[in-house]
Amino acid sequence: MHIVIIGNGISGITAACHIRKLSDYRITVISGESEYFFSRPALMYIYMGHMTFEHAKPYEDWFWDKNRIERIHGWVDQVDFAAKQVILYDGRKIGYDRLILATGSQPNKFGWPGQDLDGVHGLYSLQDLEALERHSPHIEHAVIVGGGLIGVELAEMLHSRHIPFTFLVRESSFWNIVLPPEESAMVTRHIRAHGVDLRLESELKEIWGDQQGRCKMVVTSEGEKIRCQYVGLTAGVSPNVDFLRFSALDIEKGILVDDYLQTNIPDVYAIGDCAQLRQPQPGRRPIEAVWYTGRMMGQVVAQTICGKPTPYNPGIWFNSAKFFDIEYQVYGTVLPNPPEHHASLYWEHPDGQRSVRIVYDRRTDSVLGFNLMGIRYRHEVCERWLCDGTPIEEVLQDLSLANFDPEFYPQYEGAIVAQYNQQAGKQLKLRKRRRLDLVLDFLKR
Amino acid sequence: MMRKPVFVKTIQFVGIGLFVFALALFSWSLTASKFVLNEEALKAAIGNEQHWAHVAVHIAPMQGQTYPNSFAFIAALDAALRRAQEDIRKQVTDELGLTPSDGAYWNAILQDYQLKAVRFPVAKASAMGLLPDRSWLFFALSIGLGVLSAFLYLLPQKRDLPGIWHNGLWHHSLTSRGWLGMALGAWLIAFYALLYFYPEHLVNWVIMVDPISEALSGHPASQWFLYGLLYTLAILVMGVRMLIKYRHNRYQIIRTVSVMFFQTAFAFLIPEILVRLNKPYFDFKNIWPLDYDFFFEIDELIANGTLGIFMLGWGIALAVVGVPVFTYFFGKRWYCSWVCGCGGLAETMGDPFRQLSSKKLRAWRIERWLIHGVLVFAVVMTAMVLYTYFTGESRVLGLDSYQVRKWYGLYIGSWFAGVIGTGFYPLMGNRVWCRFGCPLAAYLGLVQRFRSRFRITTNGGQCISCGNCSTYCEMGIDVRWYAQRGQDIVRASCVGCGVCAAVCPRGVLRLEQASADVSKRASELRVLRMVPGKQVEMLA
Repeated sequence: MHIVIIGNGISGITAACHIRKLSDYRITVISGESEYFFSRPALMYIYMGHMTFEHAKPYEDWFWDKNRIERIHGWVDQVDFAAKQVILYDGRKIGYDRLILATGSQPNKFGWPGQDLDGVHGLYSLQDLEALERHSPHIEHAVIVGGGLIGVELAEMLHSRHIPFTFLVRESSFWNIVLPPEESAMVTRHIRAHGVDLRLESELKEIWGDQQGRCKMVVTSEGEKIRCQYVGLTAGVSPNVDFLRFSALDIEKGILVDDYLQTNIPDVYAIGDCAQLRQPQPGRRPIEAVWYTGRMMGQVVAQTICGKPTPYNPGIWFNSAKFFDIEYQVYGTVLPNPPEHHASLYWEHPDGQRSVRIVYDRRTDSVLGFNLMGIRYRHEVCERWLCDGTPIEEVLQDLSLANFDPEFYPQYEGAIVAQYNQQAGKQLKLRKRRRLDLVLDFLKR
Repeated sequence: MMRKPVFVKTIQFVGIGLFVFALALFSWSLTASKFVLNEEALKAAIGNEQHWAHVAVHIAPMQGQTYPNSFAFIAALDAALRRAQEDIRKQVTDELGLTPSDGAYWNAILQDYQLKAVRFPVAKASAMGLLPDRSWLFFALSIGLGVLSAFLYLLPQKRDLPGIWHNGLWHHSLTSRGWLGMALGAWLIAFYALLYFYPEHLVNWVIMVDPISEALSGHPASQWFLYGLLYTLAILVMGVRMLIKYRHNRYQIIRTVSVMFFQTAFAFLIPEILVRLNKPYFDFKNIWPLDYDFFFEIDELIANGTLGIFMLGWGIALAVVGVPVFTYFFGKRWYCSWVCGCGGLAETMGDPFRQLSSKKLRAWRIERWLIHGVLVFAVVMTAMVLYTYFTGESRVLGLDSYQVRKWYGLYIGSWFAGVIGTGFYPLMGNRVWCRFGCPLAAYLGLVQRFRSRFRITTNGGQCISCGNCSTYCEMGIDVRWYAQRGQDIVRASCVGCGVCAAVCPRGVLRLEQASADVSKRASELRVLRMVPGKQVEMLA
C-alpha cells in the first residue's frame, strides 16, 4: 500500500507520522514549498531574527529516513484520479493507492487592480517570507492590507526591522469580527501603543505599479495615496485548490469531505486548510484554517486509512494567538455579537492589557466559553468545564485551577469573582488554590 | 513608527562607544607597566636561604634592568631561575649525593611548581611606571567606565514596551556566532587561559583592584580576587539588564535578584570578610562536587575551631541532605538558576547567548556521557582524597591521589569549567559547563529526573511547534518535542530558568511542582484529543 500525501504542513505531516506509527505502508510526502517540514507559525520569528529556519523545523532531518517517510520536493501540476497518479510540473508521475490532499491555503486576493505586481505578497508560505526578505532592504514604506492574525504578525515583523508601514483594516476596531468589543479595543490600543499607523475602516482600492511592474503606490478606499515598495495582503486565506479544479473532485470553496475526511473520489482524502466539511459540527465552520484542526484531521485520517475508521470530531473549539505582546487564548464559544442568552462576565485589569471573559448561558448558567488576553488559562481545565456544562458559579469558585500564568505572577481570580459578586449580588469565594495536584485531582474526577 | 527620542539614542550610542573604549583600555592596560626586578619580593617568594644563594647569582644581570612588559620580564626571570634550578640540582646530587628516589632530594631541589609560584608575586611587586603610579585612574577609566557605560546603554531600554526582546538576535554578529561573537569568545578564552595558567601577565589588572581588596579583606589582591570582582560586576550589570528585559515577568525578576544576591554576598563579600577576621575563605553556597576541593583541606577547616567544623558540617550537609531534599521539592533550579555562581553568570552575562546551544539529539547523547563521566571522575577523585586523608597513604589502586586531584583541577576545574565553560558562551551558548561538565548538575539532575516533583507542564493542545522554547533553552533541551505532543517535561538537565515559558507565544509551558503523576504525565500524550480517553502513540 502506497500512501501519497500532497503537502507537508502540519496536517500532511501529522497524517504521515500517525500512519507510520499505525502501519508499514509506504508513505510519500510531496511538497514544492520546502523539502522538510517546518512550523508555519514560526515564519514570523525567522524574519524577526528570533530563530533561524533550522529552528523552525520540529524534527531533525534524519527523522524522516529513520521513520521511512519518503519526501519529494516538487510542485504538483495535476492529479489523474482515474489512473491514481500524481503528476508533477517536472513530469514525474507518482502512483498512489491512497491519496491525502493537504495542500493548505493561499492568501486571499479580491481582484484588486495591481494585486499581482512585484512587491505585492501574502504572508503564508516560505516563498512569501523569502519575497519579503528580498524586498526588505529597499522598503522605505510598506502597506498591510487586512487586520486578522496574519496582518498583525506582519505588522510585528516589519516593526521589528524598523520598517515604517501603514496598516489598513476594514473593520471599525481590530479583528472585531472575532473578538468581543472590549478585547478588540484592547488590541487596537496595544497595536497603536507600538507606534503603528493603524487605519481603521480603511480598505485597499488599488495598487499602482511603476514601469518595471513594481508596486509604488496604494490607493485606499478614502482615496488616500500611500507611496510604498511593499504591500502585504493579509485579508484572510482560502483553500489552495485551484490546481484541482475542473477535475472529478467535488470542490466548493474547499475540497468537500465527509465525516471521515473522504472526498467524493474513493481512496482520496482531504485534510487541513484545504478541506471543507460537508456537515460541520453545530456551531463550527465548514473550513477552519487553523493549526490545531489541521493537526487533528491528520490524526483522524491516519486512523481511518489504517483500518480504524474514525469520524472527525474536533471537540471544544480552542485557538490562540499573540498580538505583539498580548497573548490571546480562547476556549469554547465567545462571539463578537452574542445572542441574547449569552451572558458574559468580563474583567479587565486597570492597565488595559489583560482581561478574562467568561461566557455563560443565561438560561442554564452553564459556561460556554473563555476568552483570555494577557493571562494564560489551562486548556484541559477549561475544556472539562465546557464539556460538562458546569454552572458559572461552580467555575468561578474553582477558577484558580485554570490559571496557567508563571509562578509569582499576580493572580486575578479573586478580582474576577469579586466583580461577579458585585454584578450578581452574590458572596462567592475562591475555594481552591492554584496548585497542580488540585488540578490533577479535578481532571481525574 | 514609534521612534526613540534622539537624545535617548544618543545616550545609548555614547554608552556603546564608551564601553568599547573602556574594554580596549582595559585590554591594553596589561601592557602599561614596566618591570624592574624587585629582589625583596623574589627572596620572599623563594623563601629558602640555600635556594636564594643560587638564585641571587643568576638574577644579578637583571638588576637595574628595565623590562618593557611582563612577557620580557618573565622570560628573563624564568631563564635566570632555570639556571639557578640546574645549579641547585647539581649541588644536591653532586655534593649531597641525593637521587630522585630519596625523599630529601625533592625537598632540597627547587621544583618546577615552586618556580611557577614565584612568577605572579614577583611580577606584581616588580611592576612600575604608567599604570602602577596611576592605578586608580586606570581602574576608573576601564572597569569603572565599563560599568557606567554599560548602564548608559542598558537603562534607557526601560523606555521600550515590555515584551520578548529577541528581535534581530540571529541577525547580529555578536549573538549569532558572527565575527563579533568569535572575537568575544577569543577574548574570553584568552582571559581564562591567562587567569588560570599565566596570572603573572595579569598583574596590572590585579594592581588596579588592590585597594578594593585591602579595604575588604585587609590583604592585597590576588588574581582570584580580580576574577571574583569582575565576575560579580558582570552578574550585577547584566543582572540589571535581565531585570529590565523581563520587567513584566516576576519569576525572572525574583530569580535574577536571587543570583545577584548570592553572588555578591555569598561568593564575593562573605569570603573576603572571613579572611579579614582571620577565618578560612569559605563560600557557603558552593557545594561538592562542583566545589571539588572541599575535602582537600579538611585539617585546615578543623584547625579553625567551631567555625571551621561548622563549615565542614555545612558543606557535607548541603551535598548529602540539601541537594536531594531541595531538589525533590523544587527541582534542580533551586540551585542551578537561583543560587549557583556559574548559573548566575550564565543567566545574566550569558543571556544574550542562550540560543546558541545545540538542540540536536547527538548533542544530548554527548552531554549524557560527558557530564556523568565528570561526575564519576569527581566521585572517584574525592574517594581517593578521603582515602589518603584517613589512611595517610597517597597511593590508591596504583595511582597517586595527589596527582589525580591535580589532573581534576587542571582538566575539569580550569579547562572545562573556565576556559571552555565561559570562553565558549558566544560559540556554544551560556551553559556549556553546566550542561556538559558540572558534576553537581549531574547529581542534581539524577535526583530531578528520578525523584522530584518538578516538571514543566504543557497546556493541552495549544502548541504550534514554533520552536521558540527549544531555541531559547540554554540547556539545549528540545522542549518543543514534548510540548507538541502534550507531554510534561521531566529532564535531568533542565535548570528551571523559565525562559521557555516566557518566550512561548501561545502560553503552553509552565514550571510546576506536584508529587502527583510526574512520570505518568511525562509519558502521556495529551495533545491528542480526537478519541477521548484513548492513548495514541507517536513516532520517536
